[in-house]
Amino acid sequence: MDRRAFLGTATAAAAALAFPAVLRAQTRDPVKIGFPIPLTGPFGAIAEDMQRGATLAMEQVNARGGVLGRKLEVLFRDDQLKPAVGAQRTKELIENDRVQFVVGGIAAHVQMAINEQTKKAGVLFISVSQSDEISAKPDTSPITFHEALNPTITGRAMAAWAVQNLGKRWWIVYADYAWGKQNNAVFSDIIKKHGGTVLESTPYPLGNPEFSAHLPKIQAARPEVLLSVAPGADSVAFLKQAISFGLKKDVKLVQPLHILPYNRQGGAELFSDVYGATSFYWELEDTIPQAKSFVEAFRKRFNTVPDAYGSYGYSGIHEVARGVAVAKSLDSEAVAKALRANPTYSHYKSKQWWRACDNKAFQDLWITRGRPASAVRGDWGLLEIIARIPANEELDRTCAEKGHA
Amino acid sequence: MSASALAAQLFTGLVLGGLFVLLAIGLSLIFGLLTVVNFAHGSLYMLGAYFGFFLLGLTGSFWVALALAPLMVGVFGLLVERFLVRRLYGRSIDDPLLLTFGLSLVLVEAVKLVWGKVGLTLDPPRELGAAVNLGFMTFPVYRLFVIAVTALVLLALWLFLERTNVGLVIRAGSRDPLMVRALGIDLGRIWLVVFGIGTGLAGLAGILAGPMRGVYAEMGVTIVIESFVVVVVGGMGSLVGAIVAGVLIGEVVSLTTFVAPKLAEIMVFVVMALVLLVRPSGLFGEAGLLE
Repeated sequence: MDRRAFLGTATAAAAALAFPAVLRAQTRDPVKIGFPIPLTGPFGAIAEDMQRGATLAMEQVNARGGVLGRKLEVLFRDDQLKPAVGAQRTKELIENDRVQFVVGGIAAHVQMAINEQTKKAGVLFISVSQSDEISAKPDTSPITFHEALNPTITGRAMAAWAVQNLGKRWWIVYADYAWGKQNNAVFSDIIKKHGGTVLESTPYPLGNPEFSAHLPKIQAARPEVLLSVAPGADSVAFLKQAISFGLKKDVKLVQPLHILPYNRQGGAELFSDVYGATSFYWELEDTIPQAKSFVEAFRKRFNTVPDAYGSYGYSGIHEVARGVAVAKSLDSEAVAKALRANPTYSHYKSKQWWRACDNKAFQDLWITRGRPASAVRGDWGLLEIIARIPANEELDRTCAEKGHA
Repeated sequence: MSASALAAQLFTGLVLGGLFVLLAIGLSLIFGLLTVVNFAHGSLYMLGAYFGFFLLGLTGSFWVALALAPLMVGVFGLLVERFLVRRLYGRSIDDPLLLTFGLSLVLVEAVKLVWGKVGLTLDPPRELGAAVNLGFMTFPVYRLFVIAVTALVLLALWLFLERTNVGLVIRAGSRDPLMVRALGIDLGRIWLVVFGIGTGLAGLAGILAGPMRGVYAEMGVTIVIESFVVVVVGGMGSLVGAIVAGVLIGEVVSLTTFVAPKLAEIMVFVVMALVLLVRPSGLFGEAGLLE
């Protein structure tokens, strides 16, 4: 920087420091939303989908005139799938970029770190990560909202459906960290409640996609249903290996979630007849008008279809805009109050609502099954919808169970 | 534990160890001669799988891809040695370690730029896709193929090192580089060759692993740690050590998974700690290489 540029910057900075309130009122600054998200690292594909959804929502809000007459600006930052980085990026977004709200976080543990920062700064946060803790004590707060499904809801819905439709004798292989353990606990509980048995639950280290040592034992035990709780690329590796050991022939394969980029990665043949759950699948456009307009806009903008996480990002940004419009304020507490007072919304699928006691979103989910390769529709039509599980507060723990008085 | 269950578990562990051996041998070869701790080994393994995918798409033949992908990675390794690692010889052991660590991060992101963030599918050839009944268990034919390739490669490497003149120079160079130089031999060229072979082996492991574990940019991240454990247990720079330790670690993982799956990951490090307590330079290692 030369001397003249330095003087210019210094003068501007001094002016800004001297008259911050005046400056803010006179220029119509955009409303800023910080969006920490693991753009690099193993969840990159999901993050890309989510970034697209959030971008589309921002553009739509701006195309209809923004909020309170101001443009919406979403600032994406790479949290690298690390809690410390997520916390740092969030702090920078709040303190340096002066964002009014935060949406984002995909991995549960990073999302918790983001939440610590937003709570401290009094900034409204809409989490779009699958997490049980975020809407429960001690992590929850009146300005923390949770848009995504959580392992309890997904697990209870998927387990109840599968134990009644697929078989009673189960084997569970799960990734040995928060999300994996929560799913293992929820599934085991529901399977037993419906008269099923879990022959064994075997943990494996997250991100280490070698399952061969588990498979001889599973072969010998002959379960009816094999549940793998493995995120991302691990899920593909698990299926490859389980199937190569001949397990698909007599065992029903189940995962808690179907995430389309990984179905694509594994391919139709691998995922055919594999069951999973999802909060959104693009073929819902055939039956739900709002899904149709969302998928069409997404396709037009990005030349591909959205998946569950893309729609969480999309809905999260639209919810902030709706909250601001209803509250007629950028104050986080006012927006939070407005959302709780007007809990029902629907941005891209069927009706959703916020539960007032824990700021948790309730929404429909769907059970899907991988299509055989011959029945795949286009590039992304890898799944078929088997069942709809309607939004139901009983699928989550009660607010009392989550520590809310 | 019944006899057939034990047999199934031991056999699975042996095959699992084969993949460790292939990766550890390349690491150990490079370390033994160049004293370079090649942290990019996992990324080169990943690169082997991606090159394999690319070649399979280009030629339509898994066999051609299997033959050429390791060569491509090996050539890439030659370039890395010639233009990056070579500048750091004679410096502290940390410098090439940091360089290769940085390179591994660059490669992961570069691969995502070229092939996208979504991983890829690399299917085994039809004739190897089935599972076969071994009597005590059903086992994938492809994994049997991998163990056969590993055994062949080890045999070829042994013949190369023991029966050729270049192999003689490599062995001499790893024992006393100064003396070999004094004999008028251009060790720089030998180092280049060894780096190429070591990285080529990582590429081979990558394309072999692709059909079992999937192809994605981070596929080398955890396996490189396990491979380092194998190298340390076997003794840095010892090829026999890499083989013995690879099989040992494979069996430890397999048997612990059978008895107490929660402990499988930690047991690998327990074994490493125990071995290092009794033999600080590993099972077959020589003291002093790391100084």
